[in-house]
Amino acid sequence: MPTFLREASLKRQTVLDLLFRNLTRLAAFMVLALLAAIIGSLIVGSLPAIREFGFGFLTSSEWNPVTDQYGALIPIVGTLITSGIALLIAIPVSFGIAIFLTELSPNWLRRPLGIAVELLAGIPSIIYGMWGLFIFAPLFADHVEPWLNDHIGPLPVLGPFFSGPPMGIGMLTAGIILAIMVIPFIASVMRDVFDVVPAMLKESAYGLGATTWEVMWNVVLPYTKIGVVGGIMLGLGRALGETMAVTFVIGNAHELHKSLLMPGNSISSALANEFTEAVGELYTSSLIELGLILFFITFVVLSLARFMLYKLAKGEGRGA
Amino acid sequence: MSKLNRILGSIGLSAALLSAGVAFAADITGAGATFPYPIYAKWAEAYKAKTDTGMNYQSIGSGGGIKQIQAKTVDFGATDAPMTPNELDLAGLTQFPAVIGGVVPVVNVEGVAAGQLKLDGAVLADIFLGKITKWNDPRIAADNAGLALPDSAITVVHRADGSGTTFIFTTYLSQVSTDWKRSVGGDKAVSWPVGTGGKGNEGVASYVQRIKNSIGYVEYAYALQNKMTYAQLKNRDGHYVSPTDTSFKAAAANAKWDANKGFYEILTNEPGKDSWPITGATFILIYKSQEKPANAVEVMKFFDWAFTHGDQMASDLDYVPLPSNLKNMIYSAWKAQVKDTSGKALWK
Repeated sequence: MPTFLREASLKRQTVLDLLFRNLTRLAAFMVLALLAAIIGSLIVGSLPAIREFGFGFLTSSEWNPVTDQYGALIPIVGTLITSGIALLIAIPVSFGIAIFLTELSPNWLRRPLGIAVELLAGIPSIIYGMWGLFIFAPLFADHVEPWLNDHIGPLPVLGPFFSGPPMGIGMLTAGIILAIMVIPFIASVMRDVFDVVPAMLKESAYGLGATTWEVMWNVVLPYTKIGVVGGIMLGLGRALGETMAVTFVIGNAHELHKSLLMPGNSISSALANEFTEAVGELYTSSLIELGLILFFITFVVLSLARFMLYKLAKGEGRGA
Repeated sequence: MSKLNRILGSIGLSAALLSAGVAFAADITGAGATFPYPIYAKWAEAYKAKTDTGMNYQSIGSGGGIKQIQAKTVDFGATDAPMTPNELDLAGLTQFPAVIGGVVPVVNVEGVAAGQLKLDGAVLADIFLGKITKWNDPRIAADNAGLALPDSAITVVHRADGSGTTFIFTTYLSQVSTDWKRSVGGDKAVSWPVGTGGKGNEGVASYVQRIKNSIGYVEYAYALQNKMTYAQLKNRDGHYVSPTDTSFKAAAANAKWDANKGFYEILTNEPGKDSWPITGATFILIYKSQEKPANAVEVMKFFDWAFTHGDQMASDLDYVPLPSNLKNMIYSAWKAQVKDTSGKALWK
């Protein structure tokens, strides 16, 4: 090939490279721009409510469309409690699933079980909601809640959280449904990161006489903690924002109860329920402010997770 | 390249064909209340088959319907809670009822069959206020001699979303209970003193069916289709009535409709010995001064057709058609109120 042709093709390559680089950059910055636009429009939309209620919006449990008085306390508490219950159940169960799949399960069972867990993650949330309302809630009301009332209800500290009419619908049910929904996410991330632990590390530990539990707790978990925390955060993110399934089973009542068996409300289900029929500027903008708060909660949770990982990384090598 | 061009060309061609198709048949568009959606859809289908004019109705909720008509993105809006004469004047809109429905209290109490339980308006309000908490409360028992009511706590179920059904129900409770009027009031969404919220009529219906010893309220059609245990109510004249076509019609016939007030009339607690006390109409909103007169005429033609040919369809879907004197009032209201921008009446 003559030199000038080669040069021309080289030049063309450089231009294409440049073009490609800028295209990818554009795509990446587009995400940032979108994020900023969403935050911006949420803030603008919620301005009337912010002006009217100020910080009192966060601490008021009033939600009265007739008198146009709104406060976000009940949905915020509902969102945090249901997500908390979900994680409390989902983390140990997912850890167990991941240990079994990577360490204990016979080889022929690994693939089908793994695929089943992943399929669980693909089920649309409305299916969980319907299943929760039509199948789970009645079973829970007939068999579990009376037992909770009889056995945990009379206890001194825990009691008040577990006593109330057995309706099958409420914060606890919502938390359990959420747990079932986030388990596949957390479990499959945990399994994937447990799988990448070098066999040499584990075998050395086994060679020193460690039990499976000791290997998991002292070798695998420290090696994979970033991935594990990431998986848990993925689950928490889903739990915080989950709408349809929660709306079906949480009971959608703007009431603050001590008991987890009573109905409550979450930010996303309040939005889903009330946006279509919200008339008047203040009502709509209060709902938008709820959305802004959810955005903020998610942001804080993710930042905390990052910070925790950073702390963990810094402490490494100093301990023991 | 040429292949791509061909594809692009054919896309452009089909787009042009599509837009031409839209331009030919002037379809009318409406948006709003979810409660009348089934009958509007049914009417639209039948009307399209007859006249080739389609009607697109988006059931996005009454609040959305009012917003859409004010933004002029649709030819008519639909709402379950009528706009007040004042609001109508401000927006330059006129309003007329399209079809009638009723709200029915439904219960799930062991040993109580449909129509057996009798409730008085004040008692119903106190149950929803959380003042009457047990099914064997003497005030419930007083009207239900011979009915074995259990000594169990009442679980109240209400709508979680804003809705015309709630508007009709809470307006009724405000009329029969001063306590309710003072502490809660009547609106599409209220601050409920007690209870669990379900999304939509179907949400309330399924909660009531699932939670023992519960009471809720749903549209008549939902109660009927889900074979729910409804309660009888004592009406203004002191008679106990069951929710039926006849008792809804009686309430509508006894109302004092006034076209000059945009037919603002909530059919709750109407007089008459057969009147069902929680009845309500659903309304259509159109502009008085029409920038697009052709569309307005099509909207009126559609409802004219529905009023003359659609009664049976409405009854089949468990709605109650308007009484004929009311239909005539609507026609004269159209003639008097709906005009083009030059002030010429559009309905002849």
